[in-house]
Amino acid sequence: MEAQQTRAQQTEAHQTEAQQTQALARVPQAPAVGGEARSEPKTRGRSIVITSGKGGVGKTTTTANVGIALAARGARVVLVDADVGLRNLDLVLGLESRVRFHLLDVIEGTAPLDDALVRDKRVPTLWLLAAAQNREKDDVDTEAMCALIERLRERFDYVIVDSPAGIETGFKNAVAGADEAIVVCTPEVAAVRDVDRVVGLLGNRISVQLVVNRIRPALVRKGKMLSVEDVNSILRLPLLGVLGDAPDVIVATNRGEPVALDETAPIAAGYRAIAARIAGEDVAAPTADEPAGFFEKLGSLFGGRH
Amino acid sequence: MLEQVTEWFRNVFGAQSSSAVAKDRLRLVLLSDHLALAPDVIDALRRDLLDVISRYLEVDEAHSDVSFEHKEAGIAMLANIPILAMRPPEKIAESPADAQASAKSAGVDDDTGVLEAVHPNGRTDNYGRRPRRRRRRKSSGASQTAPAQ
Amino acid sequence: MKARRIVVTSGKGGVGKTTTTANLGAALAQRGKRVILVDADIGLRNLDLVLGIEKRIVFDLVEVVEGRCQLRQALVRDKRFGDDLAILPAAQTRDKTAVSEQQFADVVAGLAEMCDYVLIDSPAGIEHGFRNAVAGAAEAIVVTTPEVSAIRDADRVNGKLQERKLPMRLIVNRVRPEMVRTGEMMSVDDVCDILSAELLGIVPDDPEVIDTTNRGIPLVLDPSQRLGAIYTKIARRLEGEIIPFTQIGGGFFSRLFDALRAG
Repeated sequence: MEAQQTRAQQTEAHQTEAQQTQALARVPQAPAVGGEARSEPKTRGRSIVITSGKGGVGKTTTTANVGIALAARGARVVLVDADVGLRNLDLVLGLESRVRFHLLDVIEGTAPLDDALVRDKRVPTLWLLAAAQNREKDDVDTEAMCALIERLRERFDYVIVDSPAGIETGFKNAVAGADEAIVVCTPEVAAVRDVDRVVGLLGNRISVQLVVNRIRPALVRKGKMLSVEDVNSILRLPLLGVLGDAPDVIVATNRGEPVALDETAPIAAGYRAIAARIAGEDVAAPTADEPAGFFEKLGSLFGGRH
Repeated sequence: MLEQVTEWFRNVFGAQSSSAVAKDRLRLVLLSDHLALAPDVIDALRRDLLDVISRYLEVDEAHSDVSFEHKEAGIAMLANIPILAMRPPEKIAESPADAQASAKSAGVDDDTGVLEAVHPNGRTDNYGRRPRRRRRRKSSGASQTAPAQ
Repeated sequence: MKARRIVVTSGKGGVGKTTTTANLGAALAQRGKRVILVDADIGLRNLDLVLGIEKRIVFDLVEVVEGRCQLRQALVRDKRFGDDLAILPAAQTRDKTAVSEQQFADVVAGLAEMCDYVLIDSPAGIEHGFRNAVAGAAEAIVVTTPEVSAIRDADRVNGKLQERKLPMRLIVNRVRPEMVRTGEMMSVDDVCDILSAELLGIVPDDPEVIDTTNRGIPLVLDPSQRLGAIYTKIARRLEGEIIPFTQIGGGFFSRLFDALRAG
């Protein structure tokens, strides 16, 4: 199984490289409002909001890593930080020193969109639209936010919005304009309760999928942590991914180098698998240094849906 | 430049610990956050900058501008200060540190010497002229050491 | 009886505000202080859950503000601490705009007549909910972890607290000594340095804490939880005692931490 994985990883690496080269060829020379010269017909991109209710469960980390994994597959991705006043997506991506203009500058017309978009140097099809740091969430007009998301959908394959914690204006603005939602939940009662509230607020308008973050199989086995089934027996959502609790993430954030770019980190495979599923692939459970028992259990969870 | 410096460190000294990288990045990003958040800091900085430059050059304060911009290297301070005229050398105002140094070399008690050299008229926006050099004397109190104006 | 009114806040979500409020409150109550905890996270309440009293809520903060019940009626006593620990729960079906800053401050002032300590569990963020939570307080405890996002947000919160002239002390939560030793995590000194903050407590990371919060058991009541002693120390420092901080990343603390893992 390990040999197969290594070959699969190598194939994936080759494919990624090829896709990146193709993506580079599609990059516009002079950005223009409304889109760039493309050989293929323009399709409207997908807009996805990543939210949770509870803070600190991994929304921003998930946005950064899933975003970069999707972009590494060749998709044109823009990540939008909706956490006005407490921005961190720029920091997690390591792009903080290159942010000149932000979301509110674009909405208010202070700066053109192309000046606000920060392009990632590691994965050239990834862009960031940062939040304002010295403004308030109430300053964002919901309709203007929707219009901005629409504009971005014309230019990108994926528009992924990083929602702030809570269920107030910041959250409402983040979900406005999104067709799909990914809710991130840790295996804690408080987090599950908050996701439940958020799902209730999202209503039937948008499709919702679940990512369970920071699961520790050893503690689950000892009965000291909720299992993925425990969490989803309450939430009853399609499961998009399960991620472990990896110290690699802390180190990656320290350096501003998203862990999904690290081929050696087990959790990177988890983010790549989520990206693959979002892109429509039928992917098996993510690889990690976890005991086989945990995997078999996970396998049935994923096989069972859709 | 931060990226280049970090890269250089990595190449020369081996990988810098991630916590050290984190600390560096945080200092820079907090500076950026603070500058954007505290216009009064920028005002105070602008005021001090103009005061210093005004000692050497006559400037158009009303049309002066100090701003901060993000560059690749980090944050850069940009000052655009129109110069009206040079000040004649003998009219260049002394900084408090210079006044203290020359008062000391004249054998003057530090504190009172500085006070008199820098604020002879009690006004804070006029540093007064540089005191003429005196022959070395023993420290003997303020009144004997008042510099000529 | 005029209580000390302390808001526990952070900016960043998920760093341990609610766990800190609950456990610090419990530690103070265990030492004989009369403590009332206020959950300011309207709409996403969790303080009740962490203390295991969620099934005993009858009235909440919003109902008090709207005059539908008396303040005392809304207080839920934690019977494990006799009369010394009570909680004023948040509403779950409303959001933070349901209460104004003045209304919140009035509620806290009312509570301060009944106890020695009012601890206010602030929501994440720096918006309406945070402003409400701070409106009632005379002091602040900022909780952060040694991670870049948390520290950046704590810095932002510090600025807001300074604007309101609220004295602030820092708790650094979820410290992993082994990662600090290898340079993979910033040290407590690094954090205090960057934030220029006075340290109130250092709490090591312990994944088993999740289990106690899931069960609604305060750490000071569970003898198998060594973190209980740490919250007791923080409570004593809050009371004015000078208690030295244990060295992280070596020496006594590394033995303690090894013991934590073994236990």
